[in-house]
Amino acid sequence: MSETLEAVAPSAVRPNDVRPLTGNEAIARGAWEAGVKVAAAYPGTPSTEILETMAEFPAEDVHAQWSTNEKVALDVAIGASFAGRRALCAMKHVGLNVAADAFMSQTYIGVNGGLVIAVCDDPGIHSSQNEQDSRIYGMLATVPILEPSDAQEALDFTRLAFDLSELFDTPVIVRSTTRLSHTRSPVAIGDRNEPPPRPFIDKPSKNVMIPAYARPRHGVVIEREAKLKAYFTESSLNRWEKGDTGFGVITAGTCYPYVREVLPDANVLKLGASWPLPDDLLRRYCQSVERIFVVEELEPVIEKEIQALGFKVEGKCFFPRTGELSPELVRAGFEQAGILEPRPQQKTWTPEPLVRPPVLCAGCPHTSAFMAVRASGARVAGDIGCYTLACLDPLRGMDTTVSMGSSIGNAVGMAKAGETKPVVATIGDSTFLHAGIPQLINAVYNQANITVMLLDNGITAMTGGQQHPGTGKTLRNEPAPRVDYEALVRAVGVKWVRKVDSYDLAAVHQSLRDAINYRGVAVLIADRPCVLDPVKIKGPPFTVVTEQCNACQACMNIGCPAITWSDQSFEGRHKVQIDQSLCIGCTLCAQVCAVDCIKIVAPVMQ
Amino acid sequence: MRDPVTTVRPAAWPKTPALKVGPADDACNVLIVGVGGQGVIMVSKVLALLAQSQGFEVKQSEVHGMAKRGGSVFSHVRFGKRVWSPTIPKGDVDILVALEWAEGLRWLPFLKAGSGIFICDTKRIVPPFACLNRKPGAPMRYSKETPAEVVAHVGEAYAIDATDMAEQLGNERAANVVLLGALSTALDFSSTDWERTVAEFVPKKTIPVNLEAFRRGRGWIEDARTSTPAVDVPAPTPATAAPYRIRLDINPAWCKSCDICVKMCPERCLILNAERIAELAAPDKCTGCRLCEWLCPDFAIRVNLDAPEALAR
Repeated sequence: MSETLEAVAPSAVRPNDVRPLTGNEAIARGAWEAGVKVAAAYPGTPSTEILETMAEFPAEDVHAQWSTNEKVALDVAIGASFAGRRALCAMKHVGLNVAADAFMSQTYIGVNGGLVIAVCDDPGIHSSQNEQDSRIYGMLATVPILEPSDAQEALDFTRLAFDLSELFDTPVIVRSTTRLSHTRSPVAIGDRNEPPPRPFIDKPSKNVMIPAYARPRHGVVIEREAKLKAYFTESSLNRWEKGDTGFGVITAGTCYPYVREVLPDANVLKLGASWPLPDDLLRRYCQSVERIFVVEELEPVIEKEIQALGFKVEGKCFFPRTGELSPELVRAGFEQAGILEPRPQQKTWTPEPLVRPPVLCAGCPHTSAFMAVRASGARVAGDIGCYTLACLDPLRGMDTTVSMGSSIGNAVGMAKAGETKPVVATIGDSTFLHAGIPQLINAVYNQANITVMLLDNGITAMTGGQQHPGTGKTLRNEPAPRVDYEALVRAVGVKWVRKVDSYDLAAVHQSLRDAINYRGVAVLIADRPCVLDPVKIKGPPFTVVTEQCNACQACMNIGCPAITWSDQSFEGRHKVQIDQSLCIGCTLCAQVCAVDCIKIVAPVMQ
Repeated sequence: MRDPVTTVRPAAWPKTPALKVGPADDACNVLIVGVGGQGVIMVSKVLALLAQSQGFEVKQSEVHGMAKRGGSVFSHVRFGKRVWSPTIPKGDVDILVALEWAEGLRWLPFLKAGSGIFICDTKRIVPPFACLNRKPGAPMRYSKETPAEVVAHVGEAYAIDATDMAEQLGNERAANVVLLGALSTALDFSSTDWERTVAEFVPKKTIPVNLEAFRRGRGWIEDARTSTPAVDVPAPTPATAAPYRIRLDINPAWCKSCDICVKMCPERCLILNAERIAELAAPDKCTGCRLCEWLCPDFAIRVNLDAPEALAR
């Protein structure tokens, strides 16, 4: 393997240019430097900025696109690889579930142009529905997983990943986590080096996975794993930082800086690739130290492998399997293990923390939809987006949320199982395009009696306002064809379709009642743009005529962050006030006010 | 290279010791916190860029997934000769800068005991969650600690009305730059470097107002060190005692099942019963707001607010 090792050594010569980059920006930069030609993704925290950064590079260098979902994105990237160009696909951890079908076949096919999948995990569930560990996909698919520990490595490893992909004929995963993706640190950058296109590999036995061709490819995959193990044993990606042999720490990715923070001089084996693991190197390392610790976030992937090699290893007994690790938790683990002296107890003063959950924005067009579904007494299957926050008080308008697009299928199941309440599915525009359309076709085909509320705010809001096929703009903000939802749902056989203005509360209530009364699949499209993206909406604000307010709290049920209690009261209840800097003038509170005390702040007439 | 961890607090400052100067390879830890939309990330970017331009290794780590939705936002900035962890271990924060009062209090346990510096805007952003309990007399749920209490527990604390200072300059959004000015007094970078970096991050038109905001924040802390600052945060809305007990009289003979009261009740505590007559199903939720009484077209509902004495009789 020695010649190939030389071939993939990270380029040492760089222009003297150091920039503060986040992990995501560094991944995009690394891919660009590696000569990536096609990049595709569906936005998802914490991975979104990878493609947004990609779009800042010239369009002649790289075609960067928002795809309708992660499987589509991966298929696009795979196509570019077939065509002999380097391709990048980025997604959050749960996005890989969506793309898994294509991914599991592509591991048999391998690559032509280098194919790199950047997967960003979210340990600690900062903005996700679970905290699955993507490294297990590496094991499942026998695909190498590179794990950078800071932004510099994110760039270097991404560059290298393209070389490895072509050298070993395999897709390669670069795994990040929220902490790495959103940490800015200095990165030495390099120039773009675009390899010439490779000719198409005209070989159906490699590219077409029928059973007869797939069976031998599985054998090729197993052989590839052995080659990768041999490579990683010698590779400088895995770094043995020698120290005292009383104990050794094996770690990877974002856990490495935590280990160094609390044990600056320890004997550490830092793995740059967490799959496949280099057996020989691990064996040598484990034999060289008396006690072996593994510090890894989430699942005991490395720990289990070392156990399988026959060594006694300590890991998850000291470092939690749930949530995000931190220097504090790593220190606590080593204190418990008797490696570190406990720190002297500091006398800390802990004021009772204020509960501040994220809320729907002032003027959010989703608000009225959930006021209406709650008032309708329906069973509500929710979906993924900002509007999932409507499950909290005071809106409390959602009963279930599973995964992207699940709402409609869940609603069909509930209705078919004999739910006695009316069944409503609520789904955002981007989520509908991502995974809702097959669900809607299924509902029509199976003649379910459900109502689908399509909450069209004209943007992918949750991830910070990304374009999608319903916005009429591309990732690079260029004009694009626009999906016509009304025509689309009619085309799949929905007979009851109505569009309603989200800011007309009475119309939303009445339309939802009509939709529920219709027997069959009814689609109600709530139509108002997001107040933040693509443009910040700010109309004339409203104010409360305090003398008239009877403190009934009807407006407080909107959950609007601009409405809070004032210091005046009526019959023991707090009167309300409106923060005019937050109010965008959506009028919902004025519509629910029974005593008509919420008025527009009149513009001064000249 | 200058030592990153120094304070310019004069020896004359009473009560507490100066921020300890750590060994040269110890990182300086600044935690910046606030509510989504206030400019937490901007403050941390200015500091990170400034520290980097002075030759330090810098790591800046934030969680912003929910930033736009009024949630709690925080950003760790660490700089020094060598920085490992991107996050600051609990209890190791040298300077805590808070753009909102309750957010500052939330992160106080992260401050280094004894020597940490706490710089906090007295601005209160009350979340809708603080107003969930609508029972008559229920208090708003917001941090109750007063600045006096905070100063008593924290080595060096400044409660600064940065939002008010920014408003006086005619730009409320410059409050975060006022706090940057306050922060600048605790770190050993020249004010020329600070101001140059601030100017890089704000819109061109607002450079003069932001630089003035920066100087006022800086000046405020310098004044505070020589005199006792007289800034107070407004107390949260006090609890008022419930002056009455609520009793609903519903006249079934007059109710015509229109369900207006059911639909309009803010607490959703009314239902139509089996005979389709309005009924108070959740009396413990009723706040006595009288909406049902006023809106009933048939005068079938009367809301009685009985004074406690009347009940006793």
